[in-house]
This record gives sequence, structure tokens and C-alpha cells, in this order.
Amino acid sequence: MVDALRARRHRIEDLAAAVVVWAAALGVTAVFVWILGGLLWRGLGGVSWSFLVQAPRDAGRAGGIGPVLVSTGLILAVCLAVSLPIGLGAAALLAEFASDRHLFGRLVRRSLDVLAGVPSIVFGLFGGVFFCQVLGMGFSIMAGGLTLACMVLPILIRSAEVGFRSVPDEHRHAAAALGLSRASTLFKVLLPAAMPGVIVGVVLGVGRAMAETAALLFTSGYVDRMPGSLWDSGRSLSIHIYHLAMNISGGDANAGASAIVLMVLLLAINLAASFIASHFLQRGVVSV
Amino acid sequence: MSRPINDTLLVWGLRACGAVSGSVVLLIAVFVFKEAWPALREIGPLRFLGADPSWHPVEGVFNLTPMAAATLAVTVGAVALAAPLGVLSAVFCHAYAPRWAAGAYRRLIELLAGVPSVVYGFWGLVVLVPLVAQWRPPGASLLSGVLILAVMILPTVALLSEAALKNVPRDYARGAAALGLSRWATLWRVVLPAARPGIATGVLLATGRAIGETMAVLMVCGNVVQLPGSLLAPVRTLTANIALEMGYAYGVHRSALFVTGVLLLALVAGLVLLAEWLSRGDVRGTAHG
Amino acid sequence: MNRDAALRLTAFDDVSPRPAPPLIRTCCLSVHYGAKTAVRDVELDIAEGAVTALIGPSGCGKSSFLYSLNRMTDLIPGCRVTGAVRIDGTDVCEPGVDTVLLRRRVGMIFQKPNPFPMSIRRNIELPLKEHGVRGRARRAEVVETVLRDVGLWDEVKDRLHAPAQGLSGGQQQRLCIARALALEPRVLLMDEPCSALDPIASGVVEDLIRRLRGRVTLLVVTHNLAQARRIADATGVFWVRDGAGALVEHGPTDAVFERPAAEETRRYVTGLHG
Repeated sequence: MVDALRARRHRIEDLAAAVVVWAAALGVTAVFVWILGGLLWRGLGGVSWSFLVQAPRDAGRAGGIGPVLVSTGLILAVCLAVSLPIGLGAAALLAEFASDRHLFGRLVRRSLDVLAGVPSIVFGLFGGVFFCQVLGMGFSIMAGGLTLACMVLPILIRSAEVGFRSVPDEHRHAAAALGLSRASTLFKVLLPAAMPGVIVGVVLGVGRAMAETAALLFTSGYVDRMPGSLWDSGRSLSIHIYHLAMNISGGDANAGASAIVLMVLLLAINLAASFIASHFLQRGVVSV
Repeated sequence: MSRPINDTLLVWGLRACGAVSGSVVLLIAVFVFKEAWPALREIGPLRFLGADPSWHPVEGVFNLTPMAAATLAVTVGAVALAAPLGVLSAVFCHAYAPRWAAGAYRRLIELLAGVPSVVYGFWGLVVLVPLVAQWRPPGASLLSGVLILAVMILPTVALLSEAALKNVPRDYARGAAALGLSRWATLWRVVLPAARPGIATGVLLATGRAIGETMAVLMVCGNVVQLPGSLLAPVRTLTANIALEMGYAYGVHRSALFVTGVLLLALVAGLVLLAEWLSRGDVRGTAHG
Repeated sequence: MNRDAALRLTAFDDVSPRPAPPLIRTCCLSVHYGAKTAVRDVELDIAEGAVTALIGPSGCGKSSFLYSLNRMTDLIPGCRVTGAVRIDGTDVCEPGVDTVLLRRRVGMIFQKPNPFPMSIRRNIELPLKEHGVRGRARRAEVVETVLRDVGLWDEVKDRLHAPAQGLSGGQQQRLCIARALALEPRVLLMDEPCSALDPIASGVVEDLIRRLRGRVTLLVVTHNLAQARRIADATGVFWVRDGAGALVEHGPTDAVFERPAAEETRRYVTGLHG
């Protein structure tokens, strides 16, 4: 009798738990749909070809985001041009040349973990002092891109390191037994095999950089004209959204449209990456 | 012979890359601290921590506590919401959802994680704040900040928790099932405790993200410098304060904003190192869990 | 420097009446992993051009010994080698030795075929380019020659651009041997080259080993005693003594199998006979 009661209680408990779990999942899904729906509803109407290419007019209330897109692209280009080689080098070092017991490797890894958690506004403070003032770059695309490069380094390095570590040891042994130098082993054997991880890192890094706002407030600036060079101030898409939504009354419509553009760009990068990654897989990087 | 020289160059090049990457965080700490030093010397930590009546930097009054309290309140609220929902999300994917639903749900969480904070802020500003305002004006408030931040950090908790759940050996669940434990009892008494270090890591990292988040709270919290008296009061967080005042601050005021930066940096570094220490216990945790 | 000179191919037409000195001679060679000794004090002479089989039960240090001959042990964390390995008179264990040059002369084939994730052709061309073989035509010639050597040419000549990992296991192993042969090594170390292959592919590789005899000095670690008898001129038997691997017997293959001197060898050989 007592057993039967207990079993009944357990059954009810089990059922209640299932209901709670499903409710939580459905709730989160509903919020997601709500957010996405709200954004689409507010922004989709404003997106058009002319919106993408025109310059903003009337402080951004009218016109488009042409120069803003160019600035965003330039900031990203600077960010990747600097962070990609350094990040790949550091990842190769951590994965191939510094064993986990090495003090140097451990220190680098630990400091990268902390770097990954540094708030973006602190990156902004740092970039504003170091790149803009100490190195004399002023508010510029260069300073913004370099600040973002510091920010995406841990992301790039982590993925690329995973990529290197997933290369089977057989390739290293084969390369060593054939008398390949360390440089050739790295560039001709390991790097191609680690490419999927590197691409994932680049995508995550670009995503983070493109989404970033706070770190750019005091480094790349607000100027929404077409940048003439990397030393000009340039407004990124994310800052454009912030500025229109917060500081310009009547800017909501274009802020919404810009938000849609930003999200679509991020999505496109992600899709391209998974396409490229699967292409690499098909070419036999991973044995079938 | 050129080959060994090439290799030496390579190794030194890689070491240089590692050194540069590793020193960025030091460089940040040094420069932010250097800029904060004048304010720390002239004003002193006590006045930042409450000896001054409030925050009127232009008049030389520098009390950071209202904003620190606001940051604390927003963070605690967001974590209190996101942690259970995130863990439940992970449990849903891990144990309850049919295969297709788990995949779709994971995709959705990843998408949520990829939405830029400024877009969350924009959505909060045009959808959530007016909604809260209809109920109780002004709308831009601690509550809005908590809700937005909770959505933003939920993916961190959910993804890391699911990874932790996956790491629990299947034998544990099988053993529990063999003892006649129900699905929930298995999860609650066996699997979740074994995954606790990983889940705790996720929650800590999410907390760090909530403390450091700037744009979303800047856009929905109302930015009034005051101790958060109620959920519906507008508040200003430490991060929002930097973003709002950095543009025109100079002298001691500017330096005081860097003090805030030092504070944020120290908090987050502490959390990250704590999370790492916890996840090192992961091995032991699963071993005897 | 003399280490380069020593590793260069010496003239083959040495017609002195005394027997040729061994190509490889190990002295007191021991391999340690941390505090554990895998193989202790191996003294072994290998004649040029011969096929030598290394047999013995699992975990008796055959592979560790093999890996120390071309310093592949350097790649294993915590691994330490003491003693000397003289190849053509030069001790390759000395710190100054250029391992890149050493491994070009002393190649290695692994238990699991390990072609690079590239095309068949590029698998062979990569090490050639690395070691300074210039000119497309010259390299294409080498690719064809070595693929013919291992009997793979007719099977793959129409798909040299296909990924090497699409080949069957036996083909992959022969490709790896071809790749090693392309560098014209003096010595080829083989770590159980057939154990991951099916019997037919295994037989093909065995034939290949027999054909390479005289052209390259071969050391083959194998668990297959019948195979050792079929392919080897000389055989070394490893056994665990006092907690570490040791070479307990070494001599012409027939002698080792018919008239074993060591008790362990006798039991090992006859035990498997019946």
C-alpha cells in the first residue's frame, strides 16, 4: 500500500518535471519568436536596395546606410588582417609547440581566458587610450579595428587550437618520418587539416566583431560620412543602430532596418562558413 | 643549412604571436589602471565607495555605489532568471526532446547567442519598454534590464550546461535506470549533480557577461543615477555610466570612469579564474559524483 | 660537418675481403618513458641491405627500439633515449644531429597507414619538394617510378588527383611505402606494417618487402612469426627481463627458429608451432 502510494507520487513528480521542462523550452521559444517577429515587423519594411547604398540624410532618419556598411567592412578588414596571423601563430604555438606543462603556454592560455571575459566597454576604454591617444591614431577605423582585433583574439585562438588538436597524430608522425621540417609540417600538412577549426574561429570572431558596439564608441567614432582612408573616423552598423535608437528621435524606422541588415549579414556569414566547412570535409580532410 | 634556421625562425615567430596574444590582457590592465590612478590618488577609494553623497562628477562628487548597486541588481536578477531556464533548456535538449526538436532548439539557442547586444537593446527599447510603461511608467527600468539581460545570457548557460550534461558518463544514467529510478529522479539525483561543476562554470561565465554588458542595459534601464528602490525604478549601471559620460569627461572625471573600468576588469577576471578553478574540479566531480 | 658526411651514401663498390661492417650498430641502447624503462641495453648489428625481423610478445619494447633508430622518440613527450645508435659510424643520438636529414635517410612505415589528407600525387610530391627535388617533370618521373616499385601505378595512374584517403587500406600502406621510397632512404623502419591489413593486402606488402631487399636496409617489427620466417634474413627476439624489454636473441632467421639459444625464444617459437 505504502509502495503503491510512493510509486504514484514518483509518477506524478516525473510528470510534473516533464511539464516544467517542456514549458521552459516552449517559453524560451516563444520569447525568441517574439523578439524576431518584433524586429522583422519593425525593420523589414525599411530594407531596400537604395537603403543599402544611399548615404544617411537628416541625421540618419532618412536615406540609407551605404557609408556605414563601408566603414563596417573596413573595420572588420583591419580587425582580421591583424588578428588572424597573430591568432593562428598563437594557436599553432599552443597546440603544437608548447605542451600543457610548459609555463609559457600555460600563462598565455590563462591570460587568453581572462581576455575572453573582459567586458567590451573596457576594451573601448583601453582602445581609446592606447590606440587613439598613445599611438596617436585618433578616432579612426584603424583604432576601432585594432581594438576589435584584441577582442577577437581569444575566440580565434581557441577554435584554431581545437582545429590543430583534432589533426590526428599520424599526420605528424608521417611528416616527421619523411624528414619534413617543422615549418613545412605546419604550413603544408597541419594547417590545411586544421582548416575547419580555423574557419569556425574566423566566423565566430567576425560575428563577435560585427556585433560589437561598446568597444567602438570611443575608438572608431560616430562620423557617418564615407571614409576616405583607414585613418578617418567611421561609424559601424552597430553604432548606427544605437545612435538612431537612442539619440535621434524619429530614427527608429531606420534603426530597425539597420538591425535587420546586421542580422542578415551575421546569418549569411554563418551559412557561408558551414558551407565552406562541409566543402573541406568533402575534399577528404577528414577520412571517410 | 637553411632548414634549421627556417625552423628556428618559425618557432620564434610563433612564440612572438603567443607573447603578443598573452600580453594584450596585461596591456589592458596596465593602461586602464594608469588612467585610473590620478582619480584613485586624488579622490581615494573611500569616496568612491560611499563617503561622497552621490555621483555629480562635474561638481567633484564621486559616489559609485548607486551604479554598483544597479549593476549588482541587474546581474542578480538576470542570473536568477536565466540560470534555471538555461539549465532546463539543456535538460530539455539532453533528455526530453525528440531528436528533431532537440536539434531545432539547439539551433535556436545558438541563434539567440548570435544576436548582437545592440539589437537586443533596440528591441527592448521599442517593444519591451513601452510594454512595461503601459503597466507602470516609465518603463525604462531595472525590470526591463533584467529581462533583456536574462535573454542575452541564457544561451551561455544553456550551451555550457548541455556540454556538461553530455560529459556525464551514460553508465550513470543506465545504472540509475537499472535501480528503477524515474527519468526525473535519474536527472535530479544522478546526472545533474555529476554535471554540477560544468553548470556552475556556465553560470559564472554568464554572470561575467551580465556584469560587463553595456549596450542593452544602456538602452533599456533609464540611466538615472540612484539606488535601485524597486524593480520599476530606472537605474544606471557601471558600464552604462562609462558609455554615457566618456564622450565629454576630462580630468579627474575621466579618470574616475577608468576607476570603474578597473573595477569591472577585476570583477570579471575574478569570475573567469573562479570558473576555471571550478571546471578543473570537473574531473574529480564526475569521478565521484 | 662529419655528421653530414657520415649520413651521405657511401660508395657501394668496396671490395675489401673482410666482411662489410654493419650499417647500424646499437650500443647499450635504452628507451625510458618517465621513470619506466621500456627497453634496456640493446646491442644489435644490422647488415646493409638485409631484412631484419624484430619479434616478441606485446609490450617488450620492439617498437620503442625501432622508434629510437630515427629519433621518432623525440616526438613522444617524456621519452628519453640513452646509449648510442651508430648508423654508418655516426651516433644519431647525439643532440647536434639534424633529425630532418636523419629521417630522410632512415624512413619509417607505421602500423596504421597514414597518408596525408591530400591527393595521391601530392602525398609523394610534398616530401620531394621539401627535399629540394626541382622540376615538375623530374617529380612526375619519381612519382611514377616509386608507384611502379610498390605495384600501385596501374591501380591509381588514372586518379592521381583523387584523395589518398579514398584508397583501400593495403593501397594506402603501399602509397606510404612509395612515399618513403621516393626519398631514396638507406634504411626503412616498419612498425607492424601488415597488422592493420587483410591477408591479401598483407601478402602484397610482404612481397614488396622481399623485393626491396638489397636495395634498402629493412627492419620490420612483426607479431606474425610465419611472416618473419618468410621475409627476414635475420631475426631479433625481444622479451621482458627484469621489468624491461631486452634483446634476448639475434641471428640468422633459420638459426633463430630452428636452433634457438635462449629459453624464451624456444618457448615462444615452439609454443606457436604447436
